[in-house]
Amino acid sequence: MDTILEMKNITKTFPGVKALDDVSIKVERGEIHALCGENGAGKSTLMKVLSGVYPHGTYEGDILYDGGVQEFKDIRDSEERGIIIIHQELALVPLLSIAENIFLGNEIAENGIVNWPATFARTGELLKKVGLKENPATLVTNIGVGKQQLVEIAKALSKKVKLLILDEPTASLQENDSQKLLDLLLEFKAQGITSILISHKLNEINRVADRITIIRDGKSISTLDARAGQITEDDIVKDMVGRDMAHRYPERTPNISSEKLMEVRNWSATHPLHPERKVVDNVSIDVAAGEVVGIAGLMGAGRTELAMSIFGKSYGTDISGEVLIKGKPVDVSTVEKAIASGLAYVTEDRKEMGLILEESITTNITLANLGGVSERGVLNDGAERSVAEDYRQKINIRTPNVGQKVVNLSGGNQQKVVLSKWLFAAPEVLILDEPTRGIDVGAKYEIYTIINQLAADGKGVIMISSEMPELLGMCDRIYVMNEGEIKGQLAAKDASQEAIMRMILKA
Amino acid sequence: MTDTDNKSIGYYLRTHIREYGMVVALVAILAFFQVLTDGIMLKPVNLTNLFLQNSYIIIMAVGMLLVIVGGHIDLSVGSVVGFVGALAAVMIVNWDLPTVFVIPACLVVGAIIGAAQGYWVAYWRIPSFIVTLAGMLVFKGLTLALLGGASVGPFPSEFQAMSSGFLPDFFGGLIEGRFNVFSMTIGVVLAALLPILGLRSRAKQAKFAAVDEPMAFFVAKHAVAGVAILYVTYLLSTYRGLPNILIIMALLIAIFTFITNSTTLGRRIYALGGNEKAAKLSGINTKRLTFFTFANMGMLAALAGLVFAARLNTATPKAGLAFELDVIAAVFIGGASMSGGVGKVIGAVVGALIMGVMNNGMSIIGVGIDWQQVIKGLVLLAAVIFDVYNKNKA
Repeated sequence: MDTILEMKNITKTFPGVKALDDVSIKVERGEIHALCGENGAGKSTLMKVLSGVYPHGTYEGDILYDGGVQEFKDIRDSEERGIIIIHQELALVPLLSIAENIFLGNEIAENGIVNWPATFARTGELLKKVGLKENPATLVTNIGVGKQQLVEIAKALSKKVKLLILDEPTASLQENDSQKLLDLLLEFKAQGITSILISHKLNEINRVADRITIIRDGKSISTLDARAGQITEDDIVKDMVGRDMAHRYPERTPNISSEKLMEVRNWSATHPLHPERKVVDNVSIDVAAGEVVGIAGLMGAGRTELAMSIFGKSYGTDISGEVLIKGKPVDVSTVEKAIASGLAYVTEDRKEMGLILEESITTNITLANLGGVSERGVLNDGAERSVAEDYRQKINIRTPNVGQKVVNLSGGNQQKVVLSKWLFAAPEVLILDEPTRGIDVGAKYEIYTIINQLAADGKGVIMISSEMPELLGMCDRIYVMNEGEIKGQLAAKDASQEAIMRMILKA
Repeated sequence: MTDTDNKSIGYYLRTHIREYGMVVALVAILAFFQVLTDGIMLKPVNLTNLFLQNSYIIIMAVGMLLVIVGGHIDLSVGSVVGFVGALAAVMIVNWDLPTVFVIPACLVVGAIIGAAQGYWVAYWRIPSFIVTLAGMLVFKGLTLALLGGASVGPFPSEFQAMSSGFLPDFFGGLIEGRFNVFSMTIGVVLAALLPILGLRSRAKQAKFAAVDEPMAFFVAKHAVAGVAILYVTYLLSTYRGLPNILIIMALLIAIFTFITNSTTLGRRIYALGGNEKAAKLSGINTKRLTFFTFANMGMLAALAGLVFAARLNTATPKAGLAFELDVIAAVFIGGASMSGGVGKVIGAVVGALIMGVMNNGMSIIGVGIDWQQVIKGLVLLAAVIFDVYNKNKA
């Protein structure tokens, strides 16, 4: 077996973060090589380095591919050499046909005039190869996600692929579609195409992968050979999560009330566009005053959808279930009412849904509680500024001036502004969705401290996070969610990453 | 506050270049035409005309600002101007209804028209461009239908007074050519009141945090504004005094400046335009707000329609033609952002005045309507390019 790809000592830094730190990986010709690691471990970054999304010169280290050192300037460059990457978010144009999508940017044309008969004929061949029985003229929007994934693969095949990279291809697929896709990978292997498979699903990896490289915190940890003998999921999980957890989370002595502060009973919601898909399925959770409750799960498990559907029905349709605060049913049918009932929801995506970037810190902090700084609809400038000033000091927003536009702040400080906004709304229960995503370690610690302070003040905190160590370090109790359902819960003392992973994979 | 001393006036000007840049541009354009027209530009009679000619654009620019800040656009306002003018003419001239009844009735009709369009935009999420484009066609047609293709007029004098009347001189009777003492007094009071109000708000701000605006700049700004107000009122007072319409405009500008700067309603509209999802998730009823901005726009368009009809003293099927373009241009020249969330009432007013002064000045020096359009178009483009350039630099 010869080596088709070797990435040697790759280091990639973003301002303030070392995303990849001396990562090396060797892929043999004709194998299926799995790449494993937690969210944010650096898998996607590594693949972006390989495919030229981050061009040569923006990283350190060497890429040896097909017999020589490569210096890709962009994706086109790497595609010409036969490296095709299929991203997690599909890059198809929904309102174009399958054939048009497959040859987009690579049209079968002469002097700019498309040869449609040839395009359709070639599309037909490609679709046969990937086992998709659809008319090439069908619009991509009219076929399911699983089939769209196959169209992406057909598109890759149209480009003379030597090395196929799939970034979590089965994340949004149903079970049988996933199986089909994996079979296809094995078929490609028989034809001599090399694949790199990024996946969270250990059972799938075990089924198809020849070797497995595990990345953690931007470093390559190990490469396991699955051909030699059976590798257990535990072996993989151990390497994925084994890190030092001491002193990353502030100390806290829980003072949890025995009564439930908020209860959600039998909560269900369906996907707004696909009414047959139940995104949240009969979920019941609760939180007590002074308690920090975590919700663990993989991307797409339905955690954000659960939170948003509770918070003023901001997501989904056909929502059913009951929310009780201090034992009394409350109306959470609009965001306004949810806030009035004592709920707050800190969104996962602070730029998209949490902040008004072009406005000042002050404006953002008072937005959810304008009544608190106004009288009969007239704003009190002074009161507003003093509120903002107060939070700036209390939770340490690093800025010379609360009149500063939020867009100019760092991620950590932006997150503190969002938190301030909700603290000022004085809720009973805060739902924090990925509260530390994309912020540096120091700011994370400060956010954790704020969360602990909230619990100490007798609030209930529900924390959604994809970083398991964070949940383990912060929470008193952890719910595990997968495919829209609560799969179980663990008390802090029984919880471990292995236990959570097992609960997720149990399905 | 001590903090203000650290920052130079230059720094403050650089960070607020858009706000003051347009005012400077307006003054420069005025001066330019004052020279080119041999002093006709700032003659009392021309200045009076300038306000009368642009009143309806300014009135609508104020409403359009809210719509655009909210992230939408209203293309129907020109047609609504024509329709409401026609409606007023039919009610007053053909049906002999009293003016005191017709004016409020027309404003209500305008609000209903705006609300009807806002309903589709807000609650059905139909793009405002399309809804109001439809409205534009509908009301253009209804104007023709209402007038039967002919002009209707003239209006009684009490109706005309709204647009071509002047504030009587309570201190000396209404005599043309005589200095209007009452009008001048209003100017003096206003010039004195603005710095007092400004100082009070500074003091209130300073209680909580450092004031951004350097004191020297504050003094200079109010000195210039004060002199400008005194000079303009002086000029107007030597002719016939303050036009009624100028008072209406000033009130509208004051009210809407207050709404946008100091009320929760205004704040929420900016939030809606700045990031609709974030606003919604902060408990803001974004649909109702969008609906409100359109209803408000409709009412102001109706007011503009009445003013325009009163000024022409007749309702014609062509009234309001292409007004929407001038109004929208004024708002964008005034610094509003196409994507919403950004813009000031006073900016829209200055934008409208820039367009107005250019129209007026170019007409006086005899630039043909053809080249006027070309130049206005280029000014609009230049203003927006200036905006984008500033933003990219920052």
